[in-house]
Amino acid sequence: MSKTLLHTEKFNLTLRRLCHQLLENYGDFEDTCIIGIQPRGKFLSKRIRELLLEEEPALQFKYGQLDITFHRDDFRLREKPLQPYPTEIDFVTEDKRVILVDDVLYTGRTIQAALAAINHFGRPSEVELVTLIDRRFNRHLPIQADYVGLRVDALDEAYVRVDWNPDGKEREVLLFSAKNNEE
Amino acid sequence: MTKSDLSTRHLLGIKNLSAADIDIIFRTADEFKDVINRPIKKVPSLRDVTIANLFFENSTRTRISFELAEKRLSADIVNFSASSSSVKKGETLLDTVRNILSMKVDMIVMRHPSPGAPHFLSHRVDAAIVNAGDGTHEHPTQALLDSYSIRERFNSFKGLNVAIVGDIKHSRVALSNLFCLKKLGANVRLCGPSTLIPRHIEELGAEISHDVADTLEWADVTNVLRIQLERQKGGYFPSLREYQMHFGITMDMLDKLSNVPVIMHPGPINRGLELSSAVADSEHSIILNQVENGVAIRMAVLYLLAGQRTS
Repeated sequence: MSKTLLHTEKFNLTLRRLCHQLLENYGDFEDTCIIGIQPRGKFLSKRIRELLLEEEPALQFKYGQLDITFHRDDFRLREKPLQPYPTEIDFVTEDKRVILVDDVLYTGRTIQAALAAINHFGRPSEVELVTLIDRRFNRHLPIQADYVGLRVDALDEAYVRVDWNPDGKEREVLLFSAKNNEE
Repeated sequence: MTKSDLSTRHLLGIKNLSAADIDIIFRTADEFKDVINRPIKKVPSLRDVTIANLFFENSTRTRISFELAEKRLSADIVNFSASSSSVKKGETLLDTVRNILSMKVDMIVMRHPSPGAPHFLSHRVDAAIVNAGDGTHEHPTQALLDSYSIRERFNSFKGLNVAIVGDIKHSRVALSNLFCLKKLGANVRLCGPSTLIPRHIEELGAEISHDVADTLEWADVTNVLRIQLERQKGGYFPSLREYQMHFGITMDMLDKLSNVPVIMHPGPINRGLELSSAVADSEHSIILNQVENGVAIRMAVLYLLAGQRTS
């Protein structure tokens, strides 16, 4: 059983709002980098980057993808290790303002791992978090997002899935009542 | 997320790995290679894992490579070498290992002069075992890093001609490489004096040749093996000088080829014997890439084996 949380049109509006909030706070994006968390944050970060450049074509910021597989705290608690995804960061984050992007903020453990992993590329001057969906009652750690697309109050066993079209544009966000096998 | 599903709990040899296993190891190593080229080369994945490196036979490169891989994964390590241990006092292999494991060690990396020693252990102890070379049998991580280095250069193994030249008989590297390359779809040719090529090895799918010049012309990649001076007591060839004249690879030989193959060597090199210095240091050689890839491959193997839940 699934329920649609965001239809394409509203999805697009939400993304544009997030971008406007970023533009408001980051101005010309000097010394700023946008980093998507692999694998699912990659799509959202790509889309945010596109929309920002649509809005302000002259913007210059660094952009990359961060894989947190080797920093996860549940290694050896799973049946099998997870396969890593590529980290694509060809710049240092030392003294940079880092905007981390992930699609769903759930327990906060992914973000904890990302905060550890990002230090491998230097010590950022500050880190903020953008998330499309904030499952605010499911947190295991004191971690909050700075920019939130939609807050969802869902049971632990529920599962949120963000779907993207093959061209990288937004499709919909679905809420499943029971955990999907895909994760 | 993709789950990595190695079909085995131990890395005993290439023989019992599937092509899919090798692919998972390579894809994981890709990311570790990225990690070891960063300013901070360490990840915390194995922070609660203890690994014992048991070396019952001498090794420099493999031991350092494993140690670095373990340290970069944040594992705790204990090193053991046979020359300074109770093995000298007559303790059996099984007792030695059981004693070490009872100190809560999770994984064993072992080099042993007897073929099959890691297989023997894998049936008797609970820890994950990585074979770092067992006698003249297998040396799986070396084969994996060799193939990984070839993949880096050529991307695909289909139809690729890979020659292994030298002392095939005493070489665990040759056997593991043969298994690995065949599983990946390459053509393999073994070349050396007939006394140093085991009988019936063509049953494993390799061509045999005794002509180095012809083999070099045929090959896209040539993996040159070390003449194991310590294992040549049987008079397999008349003299080192004669071996060098017939099977040593020199720049003159490469200059005559229409297509110079990529030159590999598992080390340590006997310069001027199986490989001339000029060739070893030439742009055709990827020997140092092999060494670098060795750390990434070993990190991948340890990560994938340690990540499997044993209970």
